[in-house]
Amino acid sequence: MARMPVQFRLNGSDRAVFVEPAETLLGTIRRGLGDFAPKFGCGQGTCGVCTVLVDGEPRLGCLTLSVTCEGRSIETASGLADGPTLHPLQAAFMEHFAAQCGFCTPGMLMAAKALLDRNPNPTRVEVVEAIAGNVCRCTGYEPIINAILAAAQQRGARRA
Amino acid sequence: MARHQGRGMASINYPIGMNLGGDPSQALVHANPDGKFTVALSAIDLGQGMKQVSRQIAAETLGVPIEDVYVDTADSDTGPHDMGSFASRGTHRVGNAVIVAAKEARGVLLEAAAEELEVNADDLVTDGKGNIHVRGAASKSITVKAASQAAQFKQGKTISGRGIFLIPLSTVHPETGEMSPVTAYAHACLVVDLEVCDETGDVKVNKLTSAYELGRALNPKMVEQQLVGGAWMGMSHALYETPEPYYPNPEHGGRDYNQYLMPGPGDIAPHDITVLERPAPDGPFGGKGPGEMCANPVLPAVANAIFNAIGVRIDTLPITPEKILRALKAQGGARPQVRRA
Repeated sequence: MARMPVQFRLNGSDRAVFVEPAETLLGTIRRGLGDFAPKFGCGQGTCGVCTVLVDGEPRLGCLTLSVTCEGRSIETASGLADGPTLHPLQAAFMEHFAAQCGFCTPGMLMAAKALLDRNPNPTRVEVVEAIAGNVCRCTGYEPIINAILAAAQQRGARRA
Repeated sequence: MARHQGRGMASINYPIGMNLGGDPSQALVHANPDGKFTVALSAIDLGQGMKQVSRQIAAETLGVPIEDVYVDTADSDTGPHDMGSFASRGTHRVGNAVIVAAKEARGVLLEAAAEELEVNADDLVTDGKGNIHVRGAASKSITVKAASQAAQFKQGKTISGRGIFLIPLSTVHPETGEMSPVTAYAHACLVVDLEVCDETGDVKVNKLTSAYELGRALNPKMVEQQLVGGAWMGMSHALYETPEPYYPNPEHGGRDYNQYLMPGPGDIAPHDITVLERPAPDGPFGGKGPGEMCANPVLPAVANAIFNAIGVRIDTLPITPEKILRALKAQGGARPQVRRA
């Protein structure tokens, strides 16, 4: 089948690629555009390691067709840091030991970013809900929840 | 329908490594011309912190800043042999091998420095900030970098060291069967507070309280992250996950992340941890390591707490709602046991 042209923004840069009609956004981002931050885990939308933001909403890269992203803005964990300055979530994950093997981290960060972008001051329950679709084998979730709450608090303190 | 409260406890002794004479680790340390050091291992860090702890141990032994040590690991083509990351052995085995290798490399480093300073190597000390000086005379000094470069380009010495840690095979006493398969044990005690619903068989863990004795905590924050994550995994083993719920019948096993159950972020319980540090005589700087022991006490403690709550003993894992309901039916209902405050 003929490959199809798709244009979208990836972490603030305009990108244009040819994709197979059934190609997933995760495949396009990783193999087509060389951004390996989102990971391939289960490939069926149950583990959350491929989580990216599409127009600010968390989406599973493995279940999203690339052709549906025409004209949209995609964010991955690669775009979080501003040069050498880490995003407050990245700094908080580091500070709170919220990663061990690190495989879930890019997805966790994006799920957390989507939450904080729409709800800058979430409760613990809201944080738990926001990452409920992201599986972690190492940390027991507690350090991740604490890191997200700390990042929210820090952002709030900066604004004040 | 009633939800029954239960409390269970478990204490464990956990052997560090598998010492039947075949559990060695090796390390190679060498200086680079910029005065920094490479530690070559093939031990694996899956995120527990073995790489970081090896780096701390190498820097401490060499007497150089931690920034000046690079740990190159996880490749058995470029690192010396290692048995692997299992049995909570990483810190203990790899750490000891790194100490042996770093000591040898430090010896050559000090010899190179002594030759440059025209003093006896026995009189030299390191300041841990990248300098080597004569004991009691800080001005008579040379940087680690200058000493490394002199060794490399002038003296023709390799600043390097080889290390292996191997505990000899323990013999078995022919009459008593007595042997010492292990040289270091870690210890833990854990209390679980939970509640069991006698209508649905659902178990909700409310609180974990634990004390772990694991030698010196070489990196306290990493010890804590191991204990928090490991206890979660123990809870998962106790109550949720299995590939074969009707073992040995393979039917109804989880086939993907949806079906292979594990506690999610909403199923975790507060965990109050106390770490007791009793440096191990044969551990690297007294360290033994948390490792598998993080998860182990949770399983029996959960089983004991369920017995305490409803009076049934479940002896296969995981303790699913189905097993609880079948056991309650066989017993004719819940029989809460005595609870101590």
